[in-house]
Amino acid sequence: MSNNFLRRVDLIFDQDCNLKDILKSTYQRANDDIINELLESGLKGRGGAGFPTALKWKFTSEQADPDKYIVCNADEGEPGTFKDREILFKVPQKVFGGMAICAKVINAKEGFLYLRGEYRFLLPELEKQLDAFHKVINEIGVNFKIKIIMGSGAYICGEESALFESMEGDRGEPRNKPPYPTVSGFRKKPTVINNVETLVYSFMIFRYGARKFKELGTADSRGSKVFSISGDTPKPGIYELELGMSVEQFVDEFGDGDTKAVQVGGASGFCVPRKKFKDTIIGFEGVPTGGSMMLFNSSRSMYNVLKNYLEFFEEESCGQCTPCRVGCQQLKLGIEAVKKGERHAAYLEQLQKLAQTMKITAKCGLGQSVANSFFSIVENFKEEMIY
Amino acid sequence: MTETKELVKKLADKHGRVRESLIPILQGVVQEERYISSEAMTEIARELDISAAKVYGTATFYSFLDTQPRGKYVIRVCRTISCAMKGKNLIIQELEDILKIKIGETTQNRKFSLLETNCLGWCHKGPAMLVNDEAYTELTPEKVREIINEYMIK
Ligand code: SF4
Ligand code: FES
Repeated sequence: MSNNFLRRVDLIFDQDCNLKDILKSTYQRANDDIINELLESGLKGRGGAGFPTALKWKFTSEQADPDKYIVCNADEGEPGTFKDREILFKVPQKVFGGMAICAKVINAKEGFLYLRGEYRFLLPELEKQLDAFHKVINEIGVNFKIKIIMGSGAYICGEESALFESMEGDRGEPRNKPPYPTVSGFRKKPTVINNVETLVYSFMIFRYGARKFKELGTADSRGSKVFSISGDTPKPGIYELELGMSVEQFVDEFGDGDTKAVQVGGASGFCVPRKKFKDTIIGFEGVPTGGSMMLFNSSRSMYNVLKNYLEFFEEESCGQCTPCRVGCQQLKLGIEAVKKGERHAAYLEQLQKLAQTMKITAKCGLGQSVANSFFSIVENFKEEMIY
Repeated sequence: MTETKELVKKLADKHGRVRESLIPILQGVVQEERYISSEAMTEIARELDISAAKVYGTATFYSFLDTQPRGKYVIRVCRTISCAMKGKNLIIQELEDILKIKIGETTQNRKFSLLETNCLGWCHKGPAMLVNDEAYTELTPEKVREIINEYMIK
């Protein structure tokens, strides 16, 4: 089978780069010029939602408030996602570099890296790297400081407004939107919040120029992306791949020969069954993803998979709104009842309606996205839900 | 002053007496005392001049901010999908056997607590667990036994 599209790339991990030189030359440029280069690259946020990074920076730069912040979201907690850990472990300076460029554009003096509690073991080394970074920043005469804030084990804090609440000392409960962080974020001040991978790519775009990045990928999904691959695969791990491949190409490369489904985008993402491998593109024109790819072979029960996801959501729901707090529980109880035969198979349709309601009425991405995995698994593996 | 009182004061001096310091202070208490007692919560509330209910609300929200007494070493085994597929049940069984406690419990000598947790970010190397901040991956029952034996003599 043709595999001509599945291209491994290396834009971020092994590329040497001189932090000082890149920051120096970028700091000499006009802010508009920097934003235009980023816009030209086509970089979209790598957390999954896919908002153009340049616009986020631009909107924040336009706010009159003298206090603004850049926050790096290093609270990845989506089951199947572990790329940020690798990035922070291997190339932290490039993450800080991305934050520093953003700081210039929006005129921020302070930046924060919110690190998930599960990654506390990274802290001593990160602090060391941060010292080195601050030295470089000082040498080129820039007034910018980054502080690391530790999370305490709550998946919902990856949601940006919940993350701000947590930074401010509260329960990590998502806020109402709008206002968006570009207007009111940390301490209710205009804030750019980007995830780790987005910041690395932002930085590397100023190492290579936008063109090199833009040459990769497709019209809707520019560039390359870091994927974290787990499940039934002989090659689990972290890979940087060009965007635009089909699930089939992916499975050819990473499957174990018996792949029956691929969960793209983690528990909140979509399950692609074998019959749709060929026609499904991994990217914004097909199934968007924050980078998590989980493979399942035919020895797996998709009922167990779905139940595990629902247990995850039930536990991680912040509990603030009813559709999500009660919905997650009811979906789980519902599929259990069908499996045990206490409910007729037609009950699954009612559960799908409930999932649909959650998609519309839940306050934040957690409750809204439960429907993604629920629908795609129930639709495609109905028999496994019943028998 | 009791030890807890002193600790809270020390942490408040270090992090500052503002709302934003609440979580770092709570984290500091857990690090020293393994959990946040109600005495600690009232003390924090006093130091930061916020209500004890607020402190309680925040403390109970986060899974790493234990509000029940825990052992010196808190073992958190990942229960999420990738680790479940790679046999986390066997790992838990082994741990329960060695420590003679069930999930959620703490050993009599207060040395170990055993908990389940959600994805730790090591899905490609499951099953995975944390012992305090240390991550252990690609676990097998034998490997678990070795690891715990080392902690037993620590
Ligand atoms: S959708 Fe869920 S996680 Fe989001 S605000 Fe509502 S209860 Fe909280
Ligand atoms: S599923 Fe266990 S570490 Fe991610």
